[in-house]
Amino acid sequence: MHSVMPWSAESAQEIIRESRMIEGAALPILQALQRAFGYIHEDAVPMVADALNLTRAEVHGVVTFYHDFRSEAPGRHVLQLCRAEACQSLGADDLAGHAQKRLGADWGETTRDGAVTLEPVFCLGLCACAPSAMLDGRPVGRLDTARLDALLDGVKP
Amino acid sequence: MNVRIYISKDSGALAVGADEVAQALIDAAVRKKVALDVVRTGSRGLYWLEPMVEAGTPQGRIAYGPVTVEDAESLVDALSSSGGAHPKRLGPPEEIPFLKRQTRLTFARCGIVDPVSLADYKAHDGYKGLAKALALKPEAIVEEVVQSGLRGRGGAGFPTGIKWRTVLQAQGEPKYIVCNADEGDSGTFADRMIMEGDPFVLIEGMTIAALATGAAKGIVYIRSEYPHAVETMNVAIAAARAGGYLGTGIAGSSHAFDMEVRIGAGAYVCGEETSLLESLEGKRGIVRAKPPLPAHHGLFGKPTVVNNVISLASVPVILEKGAAFYRDFGMGRSRGTMPIQLAGNIRHGGLFEAAFGMTLGDLVDDIGGGTATGRPVRAVQVGGPLGAYFPRALFDTPFDYEAFTAKDGLIGHGGIVVFDDTVDMAKQARFALEFCAIESCGKCTPCRIGSVRGVEVIDRIVKGEKREANLALIADLCSTLKFGSLCALGGFTPFPVMSALTHFPEDFGASPTLVAAE
Repeated sequence: MHSVMPWSAESAQEIIRESRMIEGAALPILQALQRAFGYIHEDAVPMVADALNLTRAEVHGVVTFYHDFRSEAPGRHVLQLCRAEACQSLGADDLAGHAQKRLGADWGETTRDGAVTLEPVFCLGLCACAPSAMLDGRPVGRLDTARLDALLDGVKP
Repeated sequence: MNVRIYISKDSGALAVGADEVAQALIDAAVRKKVALDVVRTGSRGLYWLEPMVEAGTPQGRIAYGPVTVEDAESLVDALSSSGGAHPKRLGPPEEIPFLKRQTRLTFARCGIVDPVSLADYKAHDGYKGLAKALALKPEAIVEEVVQSGLRGRGGAGFPTGIKWRTVLQAQGEPKYIVCNADEGDSGTFADRMIMEGDPFVLIEGMTIAALATGAAKGIVYIRSEYPHAVETMNVAIAAARAGGYLGTGIAGSSHAFDMEVRIGAGAYVCGEETSLLESLEGKRGIVRAKPPLPAHHGLFGKPTVVNNVISLASVPVILEKGAAFYRDFGMGRSRGTMPIQLAGNIRHGGLFEAAFGMTLGDLVDDIGGGTATGRPVRAVQVGGPLGAYFPRALFDTPFDYEAFTAKDGLIGHGGIVVFDDTVDMAKQARFALEFCAIESCGKCTPCRIGSVRGVEVIDRIVKGEKREANLALIADLCSTLKFGSLCALGGFTPFPVMSALTHFPEDFGASPTLVAAE
């Protein structure tokens, strides 16, 4: 996974300043903040609001509307498992159960050692290679429990 | 001897090891001192054969697949010295029945060209549609698209040309071309394939749309689940700009048009056009009431064309070959071709572009080869999570907008997800409502609350609690969702729910005869 930096209000301010003039800047700014820090720090909300002349409530509303935005730092790796119909047709539910058991993490949770965050995703467009997942942005298809285990074995703790 | 091979870098191919295979082939070639020239392409869409490797020969390309890392040594040997014979040899790709039976108009180049090479695009008939469009007045371009019969491939099926005409006639500056690349339906990947495999065709389509409507700015809204598509589109846009096909004076004309990529943030509902526009404006993706139409009052209140990727990517061939050429394919009011996506538990999964009119049974059993598990096909969901589940009894339905509507279904964006006989249809119906609850934008009460209540009602039906009353209740709830929701999320969730109940009553704790009598 690309490295993220610890939260820094100065860096955040810099990121916000860079993008504040683009039309409809809220999403691009929030996405840039999450790319940089791995999540949207609560202190970022009033900063974005201030830069875009919005209320804190409006920015909070945007952050919480979209599934992508996290309110806390993820693990060092993010495993997104597809839960949609095409993957269900080839055992995605069982695979999800296996992943949750092995990681000891429910949807949206991170393993105790901080290595892997498990996130649900509804379709990666890999529906002809189901079941599928994305590990740190890398697509993986034709998964079964053995392939998923091998994938997780390859993840640095 | 110089050997040129083509390997897809489509994310579906990457997901099954295309990068590893490419690297293994390069390594093997180095060891064997074979000069290997590797071109990364999009996918042909024959996913069960991915990673597929194609070798350039004087007689044309020869395909091999599915190639594994272990095949690398023997494949390099075969290509460099032994005349190409190999256990994984498939022959010329165009002769593989799955590809041979297609009519590739929109996907003509996908899997063949280097997606980010403008020169390759132009060498394969790229920008011929734009050249024609540049010689026409906006009204004439619009007329060509109207006459082609092209309808929105995102799912709604609204005539593309009529939408363009509305924007052309609308007052307001600037006008926008917004490409809806928020392809969230499970079982669909056509948009992703085009953006990863032939991005210039989308850029050309959007440029033609801009000429037709007087727009100067284009935006492609791509879902965040498609990072590879985002990357390829960005590279292609930069290449088009550098090549004089975007910016001021496109292709040497006096027209100006430029475009950019915006990325979604994981909200399914943003595939609905007004929600998408809200999202582009930096807001929560709350659906807007229509009217006003986006064509009159769209992005930032300006006249806006919102079209799906495939609609826009089909425009260049229409302009190049003429409306009549395109219109001659298809049936009834469904003209041209549709990229059908065969997905889920299917033996031959992939992209099948064909004229409208093939039956569902032909697509699933004949083209798709039945299930991947080898068990009987029990149900197929057509048109994404908001599409109906069809039983085998309806497999004679032709793939056509109106024919599917007549059977209480929809073709949507053309995805077909196959399930074998182990599927529990009550679970699928429950999931449809659960998904609606997760993804509802919250604007309409039936969708926001009804979806949650619907899950509970399905649970009660399955448990056998007040069966008849709850069956009546779910039908009533679905009717409220259908007529009381502003957009397709709430409006169409009844399709999977009611089709599962109607066609597979035995999964809801009843004997089939009992439900049939109700």
